[in-house]
Amino acid sequence: MNNSMDYQSVLSRRNTIMKNSIGIDYEVYEIDNIAFDYERMMLENSYPFELVKSIQMDHGVGKTPLKELKNLTALARKIAPIGYGARIFIKDEALNDSGSFKARRASMACFQAKKLGYKGVIAATSGNYGAAVASQAAKYGLKCIVVQECYDSSGIGQPEIIEKARACEAYGAEVVQLSVGPELFYVFLKLLEETGYFNASLYSPYGVSGIETLGSEIIEDTLKQTGKYPNKVIVTNAGGGNLTGTARGIRKITKQPIEIIGASVNLTGLHMASDHDFNRKSFTTGHTGFGIPYMTYPDRSDVPRSAARPLRYIDRYVTMRQGEVFFMTEALVALEGIERGPAGNISLAAAFSIAQEMPSEQIIVVQETEYTGAGKHHQAQLAFARSNGIDIFFGNPADEVPGKNIILPSDISLIKAVDIDLDKIRISTIKNLCKSEKTLTVNDLVFLSEETKSSLDFVKNVLKTLKISWEE
Amino acid sequence: MILKGSWVQIHKIVLTSTERATQLPEETKKVPLEMWTKGFLLADCDLGQTAKIETLTGRHETGTLLTVNPYYKHHYGEFVGEILTIDKMVKSLLAGDSNE
Repeated sequence: MNNSMDYQSVLSRRNTIMKNSIGIDYEVYEIDNIAFDYERMMLENSYPFELVKSIQMDHGVGKTPLKELKNLTALARKIAPIGYGARIFIKDEALNDSGSFKARRASMACFQAKKLGYKGVIAATSGNYGAAVASQAAKYGLKCIVVQECYDSSGIGQPEIIEKARACEAYGAEVVQLSVGPELFYVFLKLLEETGYFNASLYSPYGVSGIETLGSEIIEDTLKQTGKYPNKVIVTNAGGGNLTGTARGIRKITKQPIEIIGASVNLTGLHMASDHDFNRKSFTTGHTGFGIPYMTYPDRSDVPRSAARPLRYIDRYVTMRQGEVFFMTEALVALEGIERGPAGNISLAAAFSIAQEMPSEQIIVVQETEYTGAGKHHQAQLAFARSNGIDIFFGNPADEVPGKNIILPSDISLIKAVDIDLDKIRISTIKNLCKSEKTLTVNDLVFLSEETKSSLDFVKNVLKTLKISWEE
Repeated sequence: MILKGSWVQIHKIVLTSTERATQLPEETKKVPLEMWTKGFLLADCDLGQTAKIETLTGRHETGTLLTVNPYYKHHYGEFVGEILTIDKMVKSLLAGDSNE
């Protein structure tokens, strides 16, 4: 057995480490050249829906309140055309144990770890998921390690990530903190191998199926409170699990044509592996730096086949500026008396804009909130940005340059969701999936069509431009 | 001298800049990958010396002894006056007295 612990040797053992640490043999789902059986993977590695609900209820997760934001709706109607301005609702996921919807994912990962007899769980995350896994691990009596990318090379930590370390440690987890770089994955693999713990990946079928209850609750709650189905559900998008799980949960209980919108904060120009850029972004998740790469190539995650495949479900994808999200985070406090974290409010900022396109009798549901506090709070993030030389001022957020300034809207009519062309995302996805292919099978074609929620003709047209042939 | 059993934080270099992954931005590539862990000191040790610790999960790690009784220093930051301006803006708009 090769026990070398150098970078290349550990990475070369990746597949074995993954198989041992998650208990899923991903190879059995592979089909032909690029295809794999996504639905079979999800089915064989999750629990019946009713069981998931009861496991979550037993562990402080789910059944969070859906709240109508009447004052923010009224504010949107001030600037919407007459008869427009949909009712805005928010699912207050901050009220899950550990303070975010991530508890839904962690509950199923920890349930599975316990069932398979693992002594502990490990998660690679700088975000709310760490606190969620630590909290759930405490309930199950599992040991827990959270691996974070936290500091830049001068030892300055992102305050939001330091707050997350505090939360993880409060729940009894060991927190391993690293400087900037994708080699976090190397440390993560070494820890999995050393401890034999379960990989509580955000991207396992357990992690994603745990969110399906959120989708179904949104429908049930909206029906109960309004007698109607929501017209649109808007989801903050980073790694894609949130959107995937929510959409799957909605589909589980209704065939109604409910539009699924993804929203990310626009961090264009900032490199996610840059030591320099690390502390110049005010959002550590929910941003385009995760949202677009993970949408166009989901299997870049920490498992061989990611269960988070948002392009299969998304109907519309919009971006917001940092300044718009901070503004709406404060507006939520000022007008609704609800103090929540900024990252969870990315979709709220987008909903404020999109509601103005919708007739006033329609309903848009913002699918999450997250807890806030020292480090994470919008006041803390704006102060930290200013201390890093980022200019903060009122103006037109459309002019914002990530890493240089944060522009708060000088007028609420300047809060605008900006559409991303999903066909371009689809083309990039097909390119990424077919990188080393010359010819594809019928199964591969069907897979590409499902992966990109597009027609076979669309897929074939893209393949033609890539000079890739296929079997008819 | 920090006594055995103390709760401490240690630091170590995981990968030197030459050992780092390829395809990193230059500014990341030229610095090492660093790691910070906390645990109970397994033997008396001076600050700045190589220490061995036992972490909360019972793992053993070695590294340079950085601090004893490490604590959280994150906070809400210095006052950001723009937040009050946002409050005033949205409240007056909603109340309909936006021309004040």
